[in-house]
Amino acid sequence: MNVLSARGVRKAYGANEVVSGVDLRVASGECFGLLGPNGAGKTTTLKLCLGLIRPNAGEIELLGEPVPRRAREARTRVGVVPQSDNLDPDFTVAENLLVYGRYFGMAAGDTGARIPALLGFAGLAGRADSRINTLSGGMKRRLTLARALVNDPQLVFMDEPTTGLDPQARHLIWERLRRLTQEGKTLVLTTHFMEEAERLCHRLAILDNGRIIAEGSPRALIAEHIESQVVEVHGTGYEAWMERAKAICPRVERAGDTVYCYAEDAEPVLQSLAGQSELAYLHRPASLEDVFLKLTGRDLRD
Amino acid sequence: MSLRWVAVWRRNMLVWRKLVAASVLTNLADPLIMLFGLGYGLGALLPSVEGMPYIAFFAAGSLCTATMYTASFESMFSGFSRMHGQKTWDAILYAPLVIDDIVAGEVMWAASKAWLTGSTILAVIVVFGFAASPLVLLTLPAAFLVGLAFSSIGLVMTVLARNWDFFSFYMTLVMTPMMMISGVFFPAERLPAPLLAVAQALPLYHGVELVRPVIAGRLPGQPLLHVLVLLGYAAAGYSLAIYFARRRFSE
Repeated sequence: MNVLSARGVRKAYGANEVVSGVDLRVASGECFGLLGPNGAGKTTTLKLCLGLIRPNAGEIELLGEPVPRRAREARTRVGVVPQSDNLDPDFTVAENLLVYGRYFGMAAGDTGARIPALLGFAGLAGRADSRINTLSGGMKRRLTLARALVNDPQLVFMDEPTTGLDPQARHLIWERLRRLTQEGKTLVLTTHFMEEAERLCHRLAILDNGRIIAEGSPRALIAEHIESQVVEVHGTGYEAWMERAKAICPRVERAGDTVYCYAEDAEPVLQSLAGQSELAYLHRPASLEDVFLKLTGRDLRD
Repeated sequence: MSLRWVAVWRRNMLVWRKLVAASVLTNLADPLIMLFGLGYGLGALLPSVEGMPYIAFFAAGSLCTATMYTASFESMFSGFSRMHGQKTWDAILYAPLVIDDIVAGEVMWAASKAWLTGSTILAVIVVFGFAASPLVLLTLPAAFLVGLAFSSIGLVMTVLARNWDFFSFYMTLVMTPMMMISGVFFPAERLPAPLLAVAQALPLYHGVELVRPVIAGRLPGQPLLHVLVLLGYAAAGYSLAIYFARRRFSE
């Protein structure tokens, strides 16, 4: 069963089309990732799915409700973790949850009964009365996640949930998100961390220039779009070596002073590198990041 | 219209309760200093104005001006901070509220806070014996109307604003001159006819025209006109605020 579907969705600001005909389907219980470089239209797509902004064309259905017409009804069963924290700085941790529960029409008693569990989930037990400005970045993010769960939503949208966090904080968030999917919640997240997408997402779509250019499970995307082995080479004389590599490797790319060799069998490349002491190299399996760079290019997007 | 705006109102109320001492002090200190400073100071030079001691005359203007300023500051500066700085509105919009609910909650909240300022000044007026009869209690609904009109207009400024400087145009070019010509400090009828006409087209004048007679123990002349002008400004401001807020948030 689909909890979210979008067909031919378009959104333009003036002459600038930010979302150019996006089709999406997210099944109940899956973790779905929306990947894309900066400015690809990820956040706009999320806002369209939530009914916060009006599409110029296309159809969206969220939890069985047509959006934006009945977005309000759909949002009663949805949680949102925005890109930048917008917790209420005037309130304590617990007050943030209580006040947020009121927006869903929840009585203080009902929200209050959920607070210990929500804070436990967020690793904030014992911090109920802390002020927001005493929390670390990771704690704020986890509280924002707890806030998104205050109405016990079926579906949680997350816009770059771990941007700006240190590795410890990031791993803790990942662990919590996996727990949510185990509890049967559907997650839709945007990210440009390929590692995050590879670890968390059952299925993902790569968005570029407002269009979905690839879709599938992380493994399937790697298998479909890229050779399985990568050798990265840099050092003195890499240019001369690159010319020779082109003969023995099916796909050779250069970015700055690094040569990327993509092959199903990297053995010939490794042999040609043996004895080249001035060249440093790294041999690794292909990752989602390679797919991403292949599909969206290596040019800067800012 | 739904009652979902109440949650927005209650959110602002909870913040206010935490800062109540500072908030009440800053909202009241200024108008009361003006009231007693000008009222007794200037009043000593004037035998009476429109048949009442100057301080009683000025009390009505002072009450309406303080109500106007509280409504405007809350809807503009505090509102802009919630909308733009803290992104509180964005967080609320993820919940089953729409921008119209937020505008309604913000307008009602700023009007409530303004009403509290007006009511407290009314209490001072009564305690100091400037009020002639219980008719003065009609000031309570009048102050709410003044608050509602200026909250709505203030929120239009807020949803149009790109930065804080935007508000100084409205305050310097609109509010300050309006205060000078609306019969706050001296009877507006002393103004040249064109200026009086301008004052009569603005909301503050009608607030003063409602409050001053009831402090003196009389019913206002043309109460319906004054109420309708204030309600008209509130309704127009509210509609415009919703229109521009939708454009800002839902496009």
